[in-house]
Amino acid sequence: MTVEASRGARDEAPPELVQLLTPEGERVEHPDYDLDLTPEEIRSLYRDLVLVRRIDLEAVALQRQGELGIWASLLGQEAAQIGSGRALTDSDMAFPTYREHGVAWCRDVDPVKLLGLFRGVNHGGWDPKEHNFHLYTIVIGSQTLHAVGYAMGIQRDDATAATIVYFGDGATSQGDVNESFIWASVFNAPVVFFCQNNQWAISEPLEKQTRIPLYRRASGFGFPGIRVDGNDVFACLAVTRKALEAARTGQGPTLIEAFTYRMGAHTTTDDPTRYRVASELEAWKLKDPIERVKAYLFKNELADQAFFDSVDKEADQLGADLRRRCLAMPDPEPLDIFDHVYREPHALIDQERAQFAGYLEGFEK
Amino acid sequence: MTILSLSKALNEGMRKAMEDDPKVLIMGEDVGKLGGVFRVTDGLQKDFGEDRVIDTPLAESGIIGTAIGLALRGYRPVCEIQFDGFVFPAADQIITQLAKMPMRSLGAIKLPVVVRIPCGGGIGAVEHHSESPEAHFTHTAGLRVVACSNPADAYTMIQQAIRSDDPVVFFEPKRRYWEKADIDTSSTDWWTPLHAAKVVRPGADATLLAYGPMVKTCLEAAAAAEDDGRSLEVVDLRSLNPLDEAVVMESVRRTGRVVVVHEAPVYNGFGAELAARVTEQCFYHLEAPVLRVGGFSTPYPPSKLEEHYLPDLDRVLDAVDRAFGF
Ligand SMILES: Cc1ncc(C[n+]2csc(CCOP(=O)(O)OP(=O)(O)O)c2C)c(N)n1
Repeated sequence: MTVEASRGARDEAPPELVQLLTPEGERVEHPDYDLDLTPEEIRSLYRDLVLVRRIDLEAVALQRQGELGIWASLLGQEAAQIGSGRALTDSDMAFPTYREHGVAWCRDVDPVKLLGLFRGVNHGGWDPKEHNFHLYTIVIGSQTLHAVGYAMGIQRDDATAATIVYFGDGATSQGDVNESFIWASVFNAPVVFFCQNNQWAISEPLEKQTRIPLYRRASGFGFPGIRVDGNDVFACLAVTRKALEAARTGQGPTLIEAFTYRMGAHTTTDDPTRYRVASELEAWKLKDPIERVKAYLFKNELADQAFFDSVDKEADQLGADLRRRCLAMPDPEPLDIFDHVYREPHALIDQERAQFAGYLEGFEK
Repeated sequence: MTILSLSKALNEGMRKAMEDDPKVLIMGEDVGKLGGVFRVTDGLQKDFGEDRVIDTPLAESGIIGTAIGLALRGYRPVCEIQFDGFVFPAADQIITQLAKMPMRSLGAIKLPVVVRIPCGGGIGAVEHHSESPEAHFTHTAGLRVVACSNPADAYTMIQQAIRSDDPVVFFEPKRRYWEKADIDTSSTDWWTPLHAAKVVRPGADATLLAYGPMVKTCLEAAAAAEDDGRSLEVVDLRSLNPLDEAVVMESVRRTGRVVVVHEAPVYNGFGAELAARVTEQCFYHLEAPVLRVGGFSTPYPPSKLEEHYLPDLDRVLDAVDRAFGF
């Protein structure tokens, strides 16, 4: 059998997938994942999805106009992020990659802060403790270990909280991710591993990372793994809630594989037409995470046109506001290079700062 | 006063730090029941429990990565890397995360993590057990890098490293683990700041700059040189990043001749940095170029050859002779 012919990971008979809302907007029941949402809560999730998509689209536009160096779009992954993000309580801690703009939204991180990183103003710049939302991590997989260590701290504090850590399908090949699975398992750490399987790691398809469905990896490490429809915000919420609750009550880690799709390019510098067929994208568009909630709200008369119009209007305002504040973001000062490298005084940094300051002053005369 | 070996002094220092601050944790491979392969953490798990002295899975990136998470939660982890050559699987976490995360947060978070690395050769070990990887870490902004050379410093420096709010890479000269000295553990007034260099033997004719395992070798060389009528000053750098330039340059200006001694390969080693800085700042005081003695540009050799690879007293004195020949 050739490698091409094997295409194991995706061609296998579809494994169980937790779904509570079909792409057509039909509510379905699942024996293990019950979810009782008020109409108000459903409208609120819808609003989250729409606003986050708008933040993302605005950022892509800003990049195209040269205002951001690069942007990693979440298009298509809104439900996975909002569903899991809204499952968190205030004391839970989230560890993101560089694409978790929807989770950041749920943690009340000002979206303009996310732009700072991609504009090159700083490397992060928000206080992780303020929002219990850690800094974006560019190195693939590193943050999974930080999440487990943090969870071990929660255990030592006897606190009732959990961590959730986000990573992609490509990341599951990294040593750190596998090490984090081992650590979490042997220490029974209160951590939820949330893998957004968006099918691609830049140009590399899932089958370059794995021959088995990713959620099944967990059993080899000794904890439960579950696959959820990543485009179904209800299912993502229900599954993540349950996993977090298990973690908080001493039942250890869970791996959640949110089965989703990256509808945009990997980042604004990527060209998916080189490696991806258009039909794949078309098929996934039919599973759009926002459209199905909208259909559900409509069909069940839980929202009227005025509601949808008001959310769109709010999105327009949010986009305009984000644009305005992005452009107003000042460039850092040259001497800022030396700030925050160390907490305590450092002779070499002081020396280089003074020398560079003197050099710069030479131009002012 | 108590007579302690360097390894026992580190052990006592960590014990003191753990008593003083309940947030201090020890973690690494075999650090618990066994007390570490060099027994540096001997008895700590018995006294502080498995939650504070954590036997980890066998994965270096995991050790540092989870230590970062614990530090984010307010703990002060002290990680043991079993041997120098095994720090590389953790290099990614140390270089891309530990060193840079505080800056990424614009100073909002601190990562008080200590990475202890038994380093250097001279114990007849197999491959990957005798290396000196300090230059990899001195080249990484955001880390502090220190090396102890004797029991008294080991006792104080480990406590200072644990108290630091910055990440510290802490090198322990493994072939000196068994060296003993009288230490007054009750006194604190003789504590030198963590980043201060020390003149450990005053001299007038040339300066030997060393750290970690080579300090003792240099002291022996200086004692031997005295018989030839040469007075050599020995400076123990103690801290490689930041470097205590004041002490170094003051010594060089007085003696006019410098020999740098370390075990790591000379090419692109820490000695290159010292030579460049000394030349820049003491050019008119120098009677000879800064000379370096160290390992070759080869992998660390099998142990039957290590005596040829490692700088010894004669190689140091040979360099001193060359310095006087200019
Ligand atoms: C250690 C490492 N290697 C390579 C890269 C470059 N890189 C950035 S994103 C990416 C693909 C990641 O794919 P995946 O984990 O599936 O996440 P996705 O971006 O698809 O959400 C690569 C190779 C990196 N950031 N880190």
